[in-house]
Amino acid sequence: MRISSFFYTLRQGVRNLFRNKWFTLASIATISACLFLFGLFYAIVVNFQHIVRSAEEGVSVTVFFDEGIEDTRIQDIGESIRKRPEVANIIFISAEEAWDSFKKEYLGEYADGFTENPLADSANYEIYLNDVSMQSALVTYLEAMDGVRLVNRSELAATTLTGVNALIAYVSVGIIAILFAVSVFLISNTVTIGISVRKEEINIMKYIGATDFFVRSPFVIEGMMIGAIGASIPLGVIYTLYNIVLEYVLVRFPMLADLLSFLTVDEIFHVLIPVSLGIGVGIGFLGSIVTVRKHLRV
Amino acid sequence: MEVVNNVAEKRRKKSTAPPNEIITMTNVCKAYSTGAPALKDVNLHINRGEFVFIVGDSGSGKSTLIKLLLRELTITSGFINVMGYDLAKIKHRKIPKFRRNLGVVFQDFRLLKDRNVYDNVAFAQRIIQKSNKEIKKNVPSILAIVGLAGKYKAKPRQLSGGEQQRVALARALVNKPTVLLADEPTGNLDPKNSWEIMKLLEQINEGGTTVIVVTHNREIVNAMQKRVVTLKKGVIVSDEEKGGYIDED
Ligand SMILES: Nc1ncnc2c1ncn2[C@@H]1O[C@H](COP(=O)(O)OP(=O)(O)O)[C@@H](O)[C@H]1O
Ligand SMILES: [Mg+2]
Repeated sequence: MRISSFFYTLRQGVRNLFRNKWFTLASIATISACLFLFGLFYAIVVNFQHIVRSAEEGVSVTVFFDEGIEDTRIQDIGESIRKRPEVANIIFISAEEAWDSFKKEYLGEYADGFTENPLADSANYEIYLNDVSMQSALVTYLEAMDGVRLVNRSELAATTLTGVNALIAYVSVGIIAILFAVSVFLISNTVTIGISVRKEEINIMKYIGATDFFVRSPFVIEGMMIGAIGASIPLGVIYTLYNIVLEYVLVRFPMLADLLSFLTVDEIFHVLIPVSLGIGVGIGFLGSIVTVRKHLRV
Repeated sequence: MEVVNNVAEKRRKKSTAPPNEIITMTNVCKAYSTGAPALKDVNLHINRGEFVFIVGDSGSGKSTLIKLLLRELTITSGFINVMGYDLAKIKHRKIPKFRRNLGVVFQDFRLLKDRNVYDNVAFAQRIIQKSNKEIKKNVPSILAIVGLAGKYKAKPRQLSGGEQQRVALARALVNKPTVLLADEPTGNLDPKNSWEIMKLLEQINEGGTTVIVVTHNREIVNAMQKRVVTLKKGVIVSDEEKGGYIDED
C-alpha cells in the first residue's frame, strides 16, 4: 500500500468516527462500561486474592516431637518436611524460644516465678504452606512419621480460605464471561448500524474496483480506535477512583490497614492497562472486521 | 507496458472471439431465484469503441444485462466475456482489477452526500490507490470536461440533477475506463439536461471509450442514430446499426 493511501485510509477511519457521532459515542460508551466493570472487578478480585494469600501465608502446621527425641532425628524430620512441594517455609522453635515467647506474650513480669522451663517438651517445627488446600495431606504424612508426638493445625482457617478462593475464582470467571458476551453483542450491533449507514458507500467503492482490503481498512481502523478510546476512559476513571477509595479506607479504618494488605494502584495497572487495551482494541477489531466482511459481497 | 500487453494478448488468445470484440455474450440466460428468467438466450457482440443503446420496456431485463457485464450478478448459463475476463469463472479477488477498467453511472447518481464534488471524484482515484500528485492533476481536468470546474466545492445536495449526474460521470471517467456502462443515466433528468449528458457520452465515446447506455428516451435514441439493441421480456428482439426506438404494440 502506498503511503498516501495509508494516510487516506487512516483519515477515513478517523472521519468515520466523527461522521456517525452517535454510533461512535454509543460504541465507546458500551466498551467503556464493560471495561469499567471489568477493571473494577479485577481490582477487587486481585485485592481479595492478595489478602487471602497473605492470610494463607500466616496459616501454619505445628509439629511436636516424642519425649527425649535425639536432635539428629529432629533434623531428619525437618529435612524430609522441607523436601515436600507444598511446604513454603519451615521454622524450628526450640523449647527455650517457645518459653520465651510465651512468657513475653502472656506472663510479663510474673514469669520470674519459674525457675525451670515448664515447656521442656515444646520444641517444634512451624510449617508454612504455599497451598492451604494441601494441609490435610501434609498432616496425614506428618502424623505417620517416626518421632512425631502431635500435629496441630488450623483446620477452620484452611478450609475457609480454600473455599473463599474457589468462590472468587468461579464468580470472577462467570462475571467476566457475561461481560464479554454482552460487550461483543453490543459492539457487533453498533458496528452493524454504522456499516448499514455506509452500505451505499461500500457499494460504490466495490463498483469502482476497491479491493476487499481497501474497503475494510477504514472500518477496522475505526473499530480499533473506538476500542482504544473505550479502554482508556475506564482506565483513567479506575485509576483515580482506586486511589481515592484506598486512601479513604486507610484513613477511616486504620485497623483494616493492619489486618488486610491492599495492592498499590501501580501493581494493579501493571496488568490492567495491557489487558484492558487488548480487550478493547480486540473487540473493536473483531467486531468491525466480522461485520464488514458480512457486507462486502457486491 | 510490455508485460501488460502480453497479458492482454494471452487473454485474447484464450477466447475465441475476434481481437476487436470487447464484450461477448453467447446463449446467456439469467434466472433469479424467483420468477421467470430475466434474460433468455442472449447473444450480443460489442466491439471496442462502439456506442450502443439498450432499450426495452420496464422489466425487460436491461438492468440485469448491465449487472451481468459488471459482474454484480453471475450468469445462469451460457458464456460471457468482458475485456478478456471470463465472468463466469473470474475469481472473487480478481474482480476489483476487472472493474477498474469499467466506468458505471446509474439513474440515481449514487454520490457520497457528505463529500463535495472534488472529493466524490477523487474518491475513485483513491480507491485505485493513485498518488496525491496524480489525483490533483486528474480530478480538475475531468471536472473541466464535464463542465463542473467552477463547482468543485459544492456538496451534492447543492447541485441540480444534471450537475449531479455530471459528477457521477466524472467519477466514472477519471480512472480512464475502457468500457462505460450507463443504466438510465437520464431517467431523472429534464430533456435539456438529458441531451447534455448524452452529448457528453458521445464525446467520451469519440475519445475511444466503448459506451453502453440503457435508456427510455425515445427522442434521443431516434435522433442520435447509433446501434440500438432492443430487449423484450428478456430476449433480444432487434439489434440494428443506426437504429431507432421500436414502438411497442
Ligand atoms: N433481484 C431480483 N430478484 C428477482 N427478480 C428480479 C430481480 N431483479 C430483477 N428481477 C426481475 O427480472 C426482470 C428484469 O428486471 P430488470 O433487469 O430490472 O428490468 P429493466 O431494467 O429492463 O426494467 C423483471 O421481471 C424483474 O422483476
Ligand atoms: Mg432497470
